[in-house]
Amino acid sequence: MSTTGRIVTVYGNMVTAEFEASVRQNAVAYCQRSDGVRLMSEIIRVRGKRADMQVFELTRGLKVGDAVEITDELLSVELGPGLIGMVYDGLQNPLPEMAEKIGKFLEPGHYLKALDRKREWEFTPSASIGDTVTAAENLGKVKENIFDHNIMAPFTLKGEWKVKKLSAAGKYKVEDEIAVLENDGETISVNMIQRWPVRLPLGIYNERLLPTEPMITKQRIIDTFFPVMLGGTYCIPGPFGAGKTVLQQITSRHAEIDLVIVAACGERAGEVVETLREFPHLKDPRTGKTLIERTIIICNTSSMPVAARESSVYTAVTLGEYYRQVGLNVLLLADSTSRWAQALREMSGRLEEIPGEEAFPAYLESSIARFYERGGIVELKDGRRASLTIGGTVSPAGGNFEEPVTQGTLKVVGSFLGLSYARSYARRFPAIDPLESWSKYTGTIPVEKVAWAHAFLRRGKGIFEMMQVVGEEGTSIDDFTIYLKSEFLDNVYLQQNSFDEVDAACPTDRQQYLFDMVCNVLKHEFTITDKSVARDMFFTLTEQFRNWNYAPWQSDRMKEAEAEIKKTMSSKEASANA
Amino acid sequence: MRKYYTRIDNIAGNVATLKATGVTYEELAVVEGSWGKSLAQVIRVSDDNVSLQVFAGTRGVSTGDKVSFLGSSMRFSFCDDLFGRIFSGGGEPRDGRSELTDNLIEVGGPAVNPAVRLMPHRMIPTNIPMIDVFNTLVEGQKLPIFSIPGEPYNELLARIALQAEADVIIFGGMGLKYDEYLFFKNRLEEGGAMARSIMFVHTASDPVVECLQTPDIALTVAEQFAVQGKRVLVLLTDMTNFANALKEISITMEQIPSNRGYPGDLYSQLASRYEKAVVFEEGGSITLMAVTTMPGDDVTHPVPDNTGYITEGQFYLKNGVIDPFGSLSRLKQQVNAKTRDDHRAIMDGCIQLYAKCRETREKRAMGFEMSDWDQKLLKYGDSFEKKIMSFSANVGLFDALQQCWEILAEHFEPRETGIRSSLCDQFWPQK
Repeated sequence: MSTTGRIVTVYGNMVTAEFEASVRQNAVAYCQRSDGVRLMSEIIRVRGKRADMQVFELTRGLKVGDAVEITDELLSVELGPGLIGMVYDGLQNPLPEMAEKIGKFLEPGHYLKALDRKREWEFTPSASIGDTVTAAENLGKVKENIFDHNIMAPFTLKGEWKVKKLSAAGKYKVEDEIAVLENDGETISVNMIQRWPVRLPLGIYNERLLPTEPMITKQRIIDTFFPVMLGGTYCIPGPFGAGKTVLQQITSRHAEIDLVIVAACGERAGEVVETLREFPHLKDPRTGKTLIERTIIICNTSSMPVAARESSVYTAVTLGEYYRQVGLNVLLLADSTSRWAQALREMSGRLEEIPGEEAFPAYLESSIARFYERGGIVELKDGRRASLTIGGTVSPAGGNFEEPVTQGTLKVVGSFLGLSYARSYARRFPAIDPLESWSKYTGTIPVEKVAWAHAFLRRGKGIFEMMQVVGEEGTSIDDFTIYLKSEFLDNVYLQQNSFDEVDAACPTDRQQYLFDMVCNVLKHEFTITDKSVARDMFFTLTEQFRNWNYAPWQSDRMKEAEAEIKKTMSSKEASANA
Repeated sequence: MRKYYTRIDNIAGNVATLKATGVTYEELAVVEGSWGKSLAQVIRVSDDNVSLQVFAGTRGVSTGDKVSFLGSSMRFSFCDDLFGRIFSGGGEPRDGRSELTDNLIEVGGPAVNPAVRLMPHRMIPTNIPMIDVFNTLVEGQKLPIFSIPGEPYNELLARIALQAEADVIIFGGMGLKYDEYLFFKNRLEEGGAMARSIMFVHTASDPVVECLQTPDIALTVAEQFAVQGKRVLVLLTDMTNFANALKEISITMEQIPSNRGYPGDLYSQLASRYEKAVVFEEGGSITLMAVTTMPGDDVTHPVPDNTGYITEGQFYLKNGVIDPFGSLSRLKQQVNAKTRDDHRAIMDGCIQLYAKCRETREKRAMGFEMSDWDQKLLKYGDSFEKKIMSFSANVGLFDALQQCWEILAEHFEPRETGIRSSLCDQFWPQK
C-alpha cells in the first residue's frame, strides 16, 4: 500500500516530495539517500501534489530527485509485553540494542523492532473459545515482572467478535498467534503485539472518572500542600538551575505508583544516563524489585534530531495509555514540554506558517491541552480502575511564567508546582514556591489544617518584607515570632534533603506525624520578649527537627530527637511567663 | 569530472543562490572569482535552486563567478600532526604551516547514543575554592562561564585549562579580538601546554560564517580523540558570538525570529554543540568549558538563558569573583560525596550563611540597627569573601574545607551554622 515520490526540496529537517498517487496526512515515509540509506519521516502537510515531511534524522546527503517511499501507516508504536525496563528513542528504537548494532553514534537510517521477538512469555488464557469479545477485552495474560500483563483483543476491533481459537496455557513469543477471532465469516489472527498511532489517544474503557485518590510522591511539600491525584495532571515550571529535573528524578524514584514512564524530551543526555545507570541498582521499597523493573525510558535528548523530539512525547504518552489499558497506575514524567514546544516552533517556522506569540505556532495551546487530556483515571471494561498521571516540566525563557508554553499549560493542569530562583539560590530544596504554587486536588492531610499552616507562610513573608523596611527593632515580638514560625515550617517541613537516605522520601504516616508535631510548635504561644532569645530558640528547634527528619522511622534516634524537642518545648524560655 | 556553474542568481548577506542539479544537502562548494576563492556550503536545495552559504562572505562575489561542487560535506583531517597547530575557524592553517589532508573525517556527525555514555564521576581539581568546594568541576561536564564583557573570564578559562589534567586541550575561539587570541596562545605556550593543544581561532575580522564552523570542527576533532580513549578538554570562547553569527545567517535566510532576533532553533543549535561533552565507557571523555558573555549582565537574554538550560550549571563571574549564588555545578553531587564527609555540609552551610549576610548588608545599607546576630553575619561574610571567594585563593580541596571550618568557628556556635551536629562534633576546630 505504499507509493513513491521524488524529493523536490531539502531545507533543514524538512523535505518536500512530489507524488502521484494519494497520500495520508501524518503517514510515515522514507527518504532514500543515493547511498541506499533510508531516512524515516512523517508527512505533516500536503499541498496539491507536494507533501512536506519532517525527517527524523539528519538530512545531510539528500538531494532533489531522490526517491521517497510513502507508506499508508500513521506514525505508530508497538505495544505488548516487554516494554517495561526498556530504553527507547523518540521513535521507539531500543537504544542499547542500537549501540550494540551500530556503535557509539546514532548513524541515520537504522531502525530496530521495539519488542524482543525471541523472548518467551508464559501465557494463561482467560477467555474461552466461543466467548464474544470487543476491542481491548482480555483474552489472557502473561506475567511481566510483577505485573499481570493482559493480552487484549485488538484495539482497532469494531463490534463483537467470537473467539474461534485460543491458545492453551504455555510459552509463546510475541509474534506467535494466540487467538483467532471471527465476525460474520471474517477471521483475524491475534498475537501479543498491537500497533497504535501515537497522535491518537488510546482509551477504550467504560467511563472516565474524577481523580479522587492522591498520588503519593513522598515529598512533603507536594503531598501536603500541593497534592497530585492518580489520573491527574501537574506541571513544574521553573528557570534553569531551580531543580526541575531533580524533582522529576526524585518523583520517579519514590512515587507510589505501578509504572513510571520517563520521557526525556530535548534535555541533557547526562540526566537520562543517570536514570539509566542507577535504576537497575536502586530498590523500589514497595516491591523489593529494582526501579528499572517499573520504568520505561523514552529518551530523545537535545542533540538528537528535533523532529523525533516532537514525536517522543506522543510515543511516551501512548505507552502510558497502553499500560493503563493493561490495568496499571502509570505516571508519565515529561521533561521538558518546552523543548517539545520548541520543536513544534522549529517545524512551524520551516513550514512558513504565520507565527503566534514568540513565534510559537497558533496551535500550541490546543496541542498542549490535547496532550495533558490524554491522562486520567478510568474504569476499564473489566471493571478495574487504572490511571495515567501526567507531570510535565516547563522551561520558560528567562524564568518568566508569562510566556506561551507556561500559560498554555497552566490552563489545563490540576496542580502547579512553580519553582523559584530565589528559593534555589537560598538552597531551599525542593525549590517549589509555596506562595505561587497551587493545587486543585486534596491530599492526605485535611484541607483546613493545611490552609491554617499555609497562612503562616504568607504572613511570615509579609512580616519579612515589612522588616526590610522598618527593621527588626520596629517589628513587634508577636510579628517576629510569626516570622520565625514561618521560617521554621519552611525549614523543617517544606524543605527536604534529597541526598539524605531517610529524608529523601517521607511516607504518608510519617508526614502526618511530623505535620502534627510541627503544628504543635506553630500553635504554641511563646511568650518570649527578647528577639534574640526567640531566634535562638527556633534555631534549636529547627536543628532538633532536622535530626528527627534524618532519623529512621521508629528508630531510637528518632525517639531521642523527639525527646529533645519535647525538652525544648517545655523549657523555661518556651513556656509562658519566661 | 568537476562541473562548473557560471551563473549566480541572487546574492544577499552571506548567501548566494544559483541553479544546479544533483547537489546534495550540506554539500561543500567552491566559489571562485576575481576577488579570490572561498568554500561554501549548501544550506537549501529546492527544485533546481541551490542556496549556498559562502564562508568568506559574499563581498565582491559576482553573478558571473565560477561555482563547483565538491561532492561531500565539510571534512577535516584528523591525525597526530594536529598537536601544537593553529587553524582558522574554517580549518585553514593560521600558523603558516602546511595544510593537512590525511584521514579526512566528516565534521558535525550524528549524536552519541545515550546508552553508551557513562555518568561523569571524576572530579577535576582546579585549586580554586569557589569551584572545588562549592561547585566542583567534573570530567565530562559542559559548563559555561557567564559574565559581562570586562570580567576576567578568559583568565579564568586559561587558569582552569592549565590546572586541569587533560590529555588534549582543544581551543575554539569565536569572534575573538586579536589580542585575546594572542593571550591564549601565550598562556598555553608559557604553561607548557601547547604540545598537547590544538587551536581553532576565528577572530572578529574573519568572515562570520567561519565563526559557525569553529565549534563544529573543534568538537569533531575532540570527539575523535575521546573515542580513542583520550581525556579531552575543549575551551570555547565566546559562544555569544557564535549565537550572533547564527542570528545573522538566519535573518538573511528570512527565517522568522523567535526572541530578540535569534532563530527559533537557537536551543537545538547550542545543544548539539554542548552535548558533545561525554564520558565513554572505555575512558575517553570530553569536558567542555565555554564563555558566554551576557549583554547588559542580563541572564534572561536568549543566549545565556538557552545555554543555562543546556549546560550542567554555570560559573557566574561577577565583580571579579565567582558568584556563589548564580553559579552552579549540577554534577557536583556525583563527586562531592566521595571527597570528604563534610564537603556537602560545608558547601550548603557556608552559602546559606553567606546569603543571610547579604540580606543583612542590605538591611544595614538602609540604616537599620544591627543585632548581635547581624554583626556575626557581617563579620563572617567579610572573612568568607577575603579567604575563600577571592580570585587569588589557590589551595587544594581539603585545605579549603579546613579554612571554611575555621571561618565558621571564628564567628559562630556550631548550632547556628545549620550543619548537622554529628559533623560539627567531628570537624569543628578546637580552640
